[in-house]
Amino acid sequence: MTAAATPASSPATAGERPGVRLARSRRNAELSLLLLAMALVAAYGAMVEAKVLDTVTPTFWVPAAALTAVFLGIHLVIRFLAPFADPALLPAVALLNGLGVGFLHRLDLANAAPEERAELATFAGIGGRQLAWTLISVILAAGLLALMRDHRSISRYAYTLGLAGIVLVMLPAVLPRSISEINGAKLWVRIGSFSIQPGEFAKLALLVFFAYYLVRKREVLSLASHRFLGIDFPRGRDLGPVLVVWVISLLVLVFEKDLGTSLLYFGMFVATVYIATERVSWLLIGLVLFFGGAYLAYVLGEAVGGPFANFYLRAEIWLDPFGDPYDKGYQLVQGLLALGTGGLFGAGPGGGQPLLLPEVQNDFIFAGIGEEIGLFGLSALLMIYLLIVERGLRAALAVRDSFGKLLAGGLAFTLALQVFVIVGGISKLIPLTGQTTPFLSAGGSSLMANWLIIAVLLRISDAGRRPVTGAGGKVNRPSGGPPEQLHGAPTEVIRP
Amino acid sequence: MNAPLRRVGVVVIVLFGLLFANLNWIQAYKADEYRTSDYNGRVQVAKYDRKRGNIEAGGTALAVSKETDGELKYLRTYPGGAKYAHVLGYEPVNGSATGLERSENDFLAGTSDQLIVNRLRDMVTGDRTAGGNVLLTLSKRAQDVAYDQLRNNNRGANKGAAIALDPRTGAVQALVSIPSYDPNPLSSHSRNDATAAYNKLEQDRNRPLRNRALAEVLPPGSTFKIVVAAAALENGIGKDTNISAGPSYTPPTSGQSITNAAPSICPQSQVTLMKAVTDSCNTGFAQLGVQLGPDAIKKKAQEFGFEQEDLTVGRLGEGGHSVAASRTGSMENPDGGADPAALAQSSIGQRDVRMTPLEGAMIAAAVANNGSQMRPYLVRQLLAPDRTTVYDTAKPGELRRPVSGQVAADLRDMMVSVVRNGTGRNAQIDGYTVGGKTGTADVAPGVPPHSWFIGFALDKDGNPVSAVCVLLENGGDGGSAEAARIAGQIMRAAIAEPGGR
Repeated sequence: MTAAATPASSPATAGERPGVRLARSRRNAELSLLLLAMALVAAYGAMVEAKVLDTVTPTFWVPAAALTAVFLGIHLVIRFLAPFADPALLPAVALLNGLGVGFLHRLDLANAAPEERAELATFAGIGGRQLAWTLISVILAAGLLALMRDHRSISRYAYTLGLAGIVLVMLPAVLPRSISEINGAKLWVRIGSFSIQPGEFAKLALLVFFAYYLVRKREVLSLASHRFLGIDFPRGRDLGPVLVVWVISLLVLVFEKDLGTSLLYFGMFVATVYIATERVSWLLIGLVLFFGGAYLAYVLGEAVGGPFANFYLRAEIWLDPFGDPYDKGYQLVQGLLALGTGGLFGAGPGGGQPLLLPEVQNDFIFAGIGEEIGLFGLSALLMIYLLIVERGLRAALAVRDSFGKLLAGGLAFTLALQVFVIVGGISKLIPLTGQTTPFLSAGGSSLMANWLIIAVLLRISDAGRRPVTGAGGKVNRPSGGPPEQLHGAPTEVIRP
Repeated sequence: MNAPLRRVGVVVIVLFGLLFANLNWIQAYKADEYRTSDYNGRVQVAKYDRKRGNIEAGGTALAVSKETDGELKYLRTYPGGAKYAHVLGYEPVNGSATGLERSENDFLAGTSDQLIVNRLRDMVTGDRTAGGNVLLTLSKRAQDVAYDQLRNNNRGANKGAAIALDPRTGAVQALVSIPSYDPNPLSSHSRNDATAAYNKLEQDRNRPLRNRALAEVLPPGSTFKIVVAAAALENGIGKDTNISAGPSYTPPTSGQSITNAAPSICPQSQVTLMKAVTDSCNTGFAQLGVQLGPDAIKKKAQEFGFEQEDLTVGRLGEGGHSVAASRTGSMENPDGGADPAALAQSSIGQRDVRMTPLEGAMIAAAVANNGSQMRPYLVRQLLAPDRTTVYDTAKPGELRRPVSGQVAADLRDMMVSVVRNGTGRNAQIDGYTVGGKTGTADVAPGVPPHSWFIGFALDKDGNPVSAVCVLLENGGDGGSAEAARIAGQIMRAAIAEPGGR
């Protein structure tokens, strides 16, 4: 049903490529960073046990070793299938993922009765389940790396993925509440005891579509414009797709009762439009539309309630969480108290009271960890996220084709935005919404989707850092696809 | 496309900078506030490392911390159960304490400045001694009687309150509110059990968590006539002066007539003030009120303690339970002139007049104590963890002087006459002179009226030994006789075992 999508492969303007040293694959650097990260995870596990159990069990290293084995596996896959990929991405993600597993295991210890703690199985509880999800996610990521030998090949499926993305976004909204609502947010699809968040996967699918669509449309979007107040504004008819996405994100806001997801999709789209067109006007339009829409939802929520009531309530809680500290504001208040109790240095791994926090394994994991590692530890965690995002943007800078640039830039920005939405939410910077904390939160959907994003970033960074002349004469091209020059690739207007 | 990508990189750094700045705000600047917040369960967890002190009355522990094997080392228990709930409050693991557990928290937890010597000694010896103990003024016997009699009242009222004071000191001898609740589940270490118990109480239609003795304000009915009588005595009317009465009285400008509870009450056109109080003559007091005017009545009510918004009952001068303000309401027209209809109804304790049971007891106590109203209190003494050093022995103080000794003596005579010859006969105690005033306050047509009794007991030397107020919500017609009976029982118990001062 989709139009035969061609790989978008217009080369970016030459001369803008940053000075990346192309000849070295840096796989050994990746390996040593990875081992360092795993050593940190093992040390974290030992500190937790020392605090909670007053002793370090002989098996404290087992989860870290299992994680190491899993990550060594994908390291080998990268070594063979994406040898020039960015060496910092995998260790950074592995560290976050490992600390997440470690903290979830720490929650299992806290949940167990004191006398059972020492005998608690390593692979039991939410910590063990997260370990299993890590294995599955890493296998998926490795599979994507193996299947997608050239990132441009996924642009073939752009329309299919775009449609799939919209379906995934809207699915929880149209499903009955009993299937899709957890804690007031309709973001889920529950089948028995198993629940997935389709929105997590929609991010990747939609971004592939945005990137493909914008590469094709960027000239008309960026060149045809009206000048107003010194800023170039796009023509009315070119605004169509943006308005469609805006409406979709507002529908998400209203029907899935989730500001975070809506902010995420909309921010994702505006950012990719901006990257594609270099027009500040798109950012202005986007910001005005989003904040206008959010304010309208707030006013409507106060005046008429109905579908807007949830958003109004969340905004009210955000403005004054201590107004109703035991009921509506409970989560946010407890999150703030946990962070405040942690203070600068934290209570130490295992030294906090994470069970006082509602949803500590999901939305509030950052607050739970923050109580134990303090401001300094959280700043380090934020730096790791920032590192991943900036490495993703670097891959976008380095890669030669517009589609890859847009995709990598969009994915990196989306990751950053998601971290901003959830961490800002639990720390009362913005209204709290139910987002997962990438790589830390318990749950398979989020972990799998984010590892897939990392796989795509690895693939694109590999393409960007690969020597132009090709390594060993191997040409990165979708197998079976015709050589790209035979396609009617759109002529790119080279602008100074 | 690289220029916007770089700018996106800058945006990301700005976003993360905002997160970082905000985390600094929360984890550095606001950290202390959040760490010690009342809503912070961690504070409480740390608190359970030290044995919290007892709350005791008459040598019996009413709130005790018991050692457990669990993570929280001590469990707060209340051996008295529901009987003392509204005095003690409770100390939950999650959330903030109530009642004396809250107001005396520093001393009970051992963190009070007064216990600094103990803490310094602990630092040297490495011990963690218990918190300090709080001794109450309550008479165990009076509290027992008040709780049992109120719960088993013969009117079937399930809501009400009783409070007894020592008129000479203001020491609370008994304080009961029904329905009450068992505070033990609320202090459970299982947060789920505690929350479930709390929610159940919170949703109960009869609001058992409410301390009706201190926080409920209801129309006082005829008990308010004591205030009006006091105003009259100060405005040239003697206790034997004849005042206008009659079977019915219609205030000028109002079509609504005021009648008496029974046709046998003051049908004659003139009765003495004494007789009007004794038989609770509505028509007499309505006309008396109209004659005195709103200012005189309001002023007298205020001098008895109405309109006070900041009264607390706990440790003298150190907070405690807050007491709701009793109100006289408006008795004027919108133009500022007296509204005879409102004035007439207010003078018999209806319309917008509202009173707490404590205020009722304080009126009776002031009359009994020669016009001197003592500041009420519950905490008699603070006892150090070692139980030898005594801190803060209560020094009773006068709160205000609503009436002169002479007016108080006249009011006493009239109230004694109520119990001897009038509506309050059920309150009589052998060997003691008991005075009082009943009240029946209409709520709405078809709803049983509230029943009140305020009163006092004097020993044979004329020394006041107890003052009391009993309220039966919706006690119905004749409920005030039952309230008077319960009041007599409570005072009898308080005389037998006076409690601490």
